Amino acid sequence: MKTIEQKGMYREFPRCGKPHARTTHYCPGCGHGIVNKLVAEACAELGLQDRTIFVDPVGCGVFTYYYWDAAHISAAHGRAAAAATGAARARPGAVTIAYQGDGDLGAIGFNNAFQAASRGEKFGCIFINNSLYGMTGGQMAPTTLDGEKTTTTPFGRDPATTGFPLHVCEVFNALKAPVYIARVSVADTKRIMQARQAIRRVFELQRDGKGYAMLEILAPCPTNFRMNAQDAAKFCIEEMEKEFPLGVFRDDSSHVESAVREIPRAASCAELFAGGESAPPVADDPNVPERRFKFAGYGGQGILSLGLCVAEAARLERRHTLWFPSYGPEQRGGSASCSVVVGGLRIGAPTVEHPDVLVCMNQPSYERFVGDVRKGGLVIVDETVPIAVQPPEGVRLKRVPAIAMAEEFGVPKAANTMMLAALKTFKATGLGDDSLETALCASFKKKPQLIEKNRELLHRAERRLAED
Amino acid sequence: MTKFVKGNEAVVMGALYAGCELYFGYPITPASEIAHGAAKWFPMLGRTFVQAECETASINMMFGAAGAGKQCMTATSGPGFSLMQEGLSYLAGAELPAVVVDVMRAGPGLGNVYPEQGDYTPAVKGGGHGNYQTFTLAPASAQEMCDFTIKAFRMAARWRTPAVVLVDGLQGQMMESVTLPETELDAPDFSAWAAQGEAKTRENLVKSIYLDAAQQEEFNIHLQEKYARMAADAEAEAFMCDDADLVLCGYGISSRIARTVAQELRKEGVKAGVFRPITLNPFPRAQLAAAAKGRKVMAIELDAGQFADDIRLNLAKSGLGAEAAAVRMVHRMGGEVVTVDDAIAAAKEMLA
Repeated sequence: MKTIEQKGMYREFPRCGKPHARTTHYCPGCGHGIVNKLVAEACAELGLQDRTIFVDPVGCGVFTYYYWDAAHISAAHGRAAAAATGAARARPGAVTIAYQGDGDLGAIGFNNAFQAASRGEKFGCIFINNSLYGMTGGQMAPTTLDGEKTTTTPFGRDPATTGFPLHVCEVFNALKAPVYIARVSVADTKRIMQARQAIRRVFELQRDGKGYAMLEILAPCPTNFRMNAQDAAKFCIEEMEKEFPLGVFRDDSSHVESAVREIPRAASCAELFAGGESAPPVADDPNVPERRFKFAGYGGQGILSLGLCVAEAARLERRHTLWFPSYGPEQRGGSASCSVVVGGLRIGAPTVEHPDVLVCMNQPSYERFVGDVRKGGLVIVDETVPIAVQPPEGVRLKRVPAIAMAEEFGVPKAANTMMLAALKTFKATGLGDDSLETALCASFKKKPQLIEKNRELLHRAERRLAED
Repeated sequence: MTKFVKGNEAVVMGALYAGCELYFGYPITPASEIAHGAAKWFPMLGRTFVQAECETASINMMFGAAGAGKQCMTATSGPGFSLMQEGLSYLAGAELPAVVVDVMRAGPGLGNVYPEQGDYTPAVKGGGHGNYQTFTLAPASAQEMCDFTIKAFRMAARWRTPAVVLVDGLQGQMMESVTLPETELDAPDFSAWAAQGEAKTRENLVKSIYLDAAQQEEFNIHLQEKYARMAADAEAEAFMCDDADLVLCGYGISSRIARTVAQELRKEGVKAGVFRPITLNPFPRAQLAAAAKGRKVMAIELDAGQFADDIRLNLAKSGLGAEAAAVRMVHRMGGEVVTVDDAIAAAKEMLA
């Protein structure tokens, strides 16, 4: 037997697992067979085999890796566009080509293909439209023609219940990012020559890093059309082209890459994270008892920052420190709370079931948490909160005019700083005054003009509380 | 360098130090801070962040990027993790290293965004189709969310397998001190098998398909043998177990609750200890057997008992049938967290 060499294809097909295999798995007259040769030829003639990453589909095209002499990634059904996105992003210097059918691309993976096109991912997609599902036995595809009989439209596709054929190129042509969109056919020699040029174009655009390219190829499927090869080709030309007109929808070779936005850069992780706040490493100290705090109030009262401030002070003293907020929907409006645990040794349970210190800025949170406070603990509550519920026995209660003081001092937003003053005054944190003050200042590092003002507010509130 | 950060942010820091080059993800509470950190820090280091259109896309983008020989990751929570199961099966089937962080929330279905540990079984046993496993790590602090993310990349590369970092929403949101590594890891060389678009990788083929049943079986056997060898990297932490009458078992957030419970019980004269798996898969079976032999065992967990069942299974497989049969559990679900009080009460009841 005379061996025909095909550029870009393996001479024999070792990846199919059979020794000396030379025939493809495609049926006689199948469009895939022709396209496979054209793709291999373009890849080889442009000298791109070393640079190419083919992303193979699930469907009749699944075994292109048997044939094309290049590296391949065999993707999950419908996900070739997502996998090609990953490969192209990972290897910007590579030529990434996704090969997909009309189930893979048009149905299960449509959104992945569409979104990749919309992002302008740098890969080329070769999309085989044969108007049905070949591999699984001739079922309807999104591209099936009105009235076309398939194994799942045995009476012909009825648009009343299955809609109309999906025009992939026309849909993609509504997107801004793609640089190339075209539809060709491999139903006869003249069309094959046009397809050959178009496939070459897809490779060239990827070679040059131009952007996303979509090439739809109308292909006959004699087996599932239940026709001979001639009639299948004729169906392709006479029926399919009526629905799917051939042509180049876009070839924007002058496409100017949108300027990449300038962003700050760092040369290493160490440089990246060197900025911003840092604190000394944690140190174990068995003599420091664990102390648990709960801060609660309305969103906007600065509850979370108050907790963070105490946590920051603890960190400055090298304590084991933990802060966590109520999160999710509950942090949007309504009550907000956060918990802080400070200790000399590794912290176990992060949850604060029985706080040693409870700070409440509103009535609902006071009533929600006051019963949980540990015996010997302290509750600091804003004066505006009515004490309808008494704290448990052995728990001290301090009422502080935090909101009123903040208003009196002309900074209503600083009620949390007033509470910090209360925490200092009542020696509630077990942390040094310097640490608390430094932490307060640090919390305003993004608004340095407020640092001194808040320090003053803190001192003023402390003096007032000392008087009371 | 020590930073005070959310567990979710610590994950991104760890990934960057591990040499992760690409992040693919779709936002979801309570994991979104991971995407936020990645969106900011990956590009600043010249690395890649892609906001995918869905979690199915994320995991398949990872298939492509890992297939092209680069370290990559994603992060998600329950509903997204469910969508990724098919992709995880493909990653395992193609033996691709990649890291998925699952910040668990309450389920099933939409559930809510509060902490749960209900994704244990899919994370640990391989939630997609076919005979595969992932390397699964369970951090219990922000420091470990950084460190175990790094470890996840190392294990993924060592075993050519997807690795999962399994945490819960509370840990994701919690801020703690994190000391960053001294050095960054170099990206591993995957050119022996990856499709890199270079001359030296032209012959490489990344696939999970074996049309021939005998070959598919052979590949399955290869995977199972690999998973058996992976057991060498199983890790656990035992705390006050040496003289314990009662061993509390928990992972992640539950292990921290267990620690406090054990300390409180000790104050009352009850000899309690904590056994905490660090790797959930491979499960530290020998370490569990050593800690639990002849002792009562109580699991603490935020699910319906998925973890306790695994404790029983691993005890039974260690020949500790009596201990396995006596395992008790204290648990909450739906976003509620086991309280120290409840766990102490359950422990006392068990010992009574």
